[in-house]
Amino acid sequence: MPTALQENATSRFQPKEGELPVVFEDVSIAFDQNEVLKDISFQVKHGETRLLLGPAGGGKSVLLKLANGLLRPDSGRIFIFGHEITAMHENEIFELRSSVGMVFQEGALFDSMNIRDNVGFQLMEHHVPDDEVDSRVEEALKFVELDKTMEKFPSQLSGGMRRRVAIARAIIAKPSLLLYDSPTGGLDPITSTNIIALTMKQRDVYHTSSILITHRLQDAFLLATHYFDRDKNTMVALPSGEADRDTSFMVLHEGRLVFDGSTHDLVHSDDPFLKEYLS
Amino acid sequence: MPFATLDSFARKSVRSVQDYATLSGRAISNLFRHPRYVSDIFTQADIIGVGSIPIVILTGFFTGAVLALQSAASLATFGATALTGTLVSLSMIKELGPVLTSLMISGRNASGMASELGSMVVTEQIDAMRALGTDPMKKLVVPRMVATVIMNFFLTIISDTVGILGGAWVAVQLLGQSGSQYFHNAYQSLRYPDVFQGLVKPVFFGFVIASVGCYFGMSTRGGTQGVGRSTTQAVVVASVLIIIIDFLISQFMIGIFGR
Repeated sequence: MPTALQENATSRFQPKEGELPVVFEDVSIAFDQNEVLKDISFQVKHGETRLLLGPAGGGKSVLLKLANGLLRPDSGRIFIFGHEITAMHENEIFELRSSVGMVFQEGALFDSMNIRDNVGFQLMEHHVPDDEVDSRVEEALKFVELDKTMEKFPSQLSGGMRRRVAIARAIIAKPSLLLYDSPTGGLDPITSTNIIALTMKQRDVYHTSSILITHRLQDAFLLATHYFDRDKNTMVALPSGEADRDTSFMVLHEGRLVFDGSTHDLVHSDDPFLKEYLS
Repeated sequence: MPFATLDSFARKSVRSVQDYATLSGRAISNLFRHPRYVSDIFTQADIIGVGSIPIVILTGFFTGAVLALQSAASLATFGATALTGTLVSLSMIKELGPVLTSLMISGRNASGMASELGSMVVTEQIDAMRALGTDPMKKLVVPRMVATVIMNFFLTIISDTVGILGGAWVAVQLLGQSGSQYFHNAYQSLRYPDVFQGLVKPVFFGFVIASVGCYFGMSTRGGTQGVGRSTTQAVVVASVLIIIIDFLISQFMIGIFGR
């Protein structure tokens, strides 16, 4: 169902019915003659969560920025909900972004704005009435269990709280696609698990398609082997040996996609790099 | 310098000019496109304009004062101290008012813009803004440009006025000249081309200050060290450009109006 925000936007660049949320076709990009991504091709289906793993500096964040049109590839094509963003003008991509939420590595909250204005930024930009902004911000902050922080500034929050605010900001417009760039990076294990629980809630309650980058294998496998119980409001482990069917893995190594498949295939892979990486 | 280094330096320089021209062009074209951030323009006008009034008043007043002091001494040699007002008003309105005001605004605001936008770039806030569907050019650059051009124009008028008053204070209080003679000469010596020249310059200078500050801010690379580098470069480049453009406008105006 389209959100009020999406209804306000022109329909020309809204998600096309039945089209896949993300399609990469032979995408390559280089910076200063250093090829960061080489011939990357993959898809994200509706309601699917793709976990993107790989050593640091492997181009994971670049891939996510390409998926949101923040960077342009040197070659290849990228489709978001059927729209070829690699052929679109920047102004057209701005309209499409009302359907895409993004959580940045360090949160990237606007440090001169309070939490209410940070989370409600997208709504305020679309001139949504103040009352509605307040109620939607409160709802989004409740989702991340931070509804008492409306008037605070990002500098007054801990690192974990800032990430949760960033998640609230990304989901406030009820996007059809979520891009998480290392949402647990640099956080302690307990806070990381809380953040993963929120992404799991988004996956299992709202069935939002997503790509999630993580350096922490335990976080990735937690997402793959647990589901979110709405009634108990907590994560519950799937029966031993089972994995979430809507969650799959991709592994990037030296700019190439060296794995694209299910949890089972990843765990049982004979690839020497994957074995070493997972060990 | 080895050829390869020279080659990459030249390429980098040309690319910087191209990027600056692109940013300026996009900012101008965005003036005519929706959405327009009117409240952001007022906020920036308050920060850039109202916030700069004290330094502009101080600079203008003492520039006029020292101009009167120095020129009166020189004019005394020819027995023409009565022309102190003429010299102060012409110098302030045509040259020193616009140039010194713009240099002060550049030092205060080009650096502020470069550091603020630079910090936003290195902490991914600019990318976050784009990811939320807002064009940082429209939201951040255009309001700063509009506010700087408008406020630099009015700040220059304040500086000119206060400078002439500073000259009057020195002429009357320290040099014992007649106040009415000072103001009479200061007013009578001015022609429309002088005032026109003095009001056109701050418009161009305001554009230079904002575009250079925003360009260095938006092209910041390399963390907090990069922010510091952008801030310094913004002030240096904006100041040098102001002086160069001042020469070009002056020559152009003299060519047209003959004074």
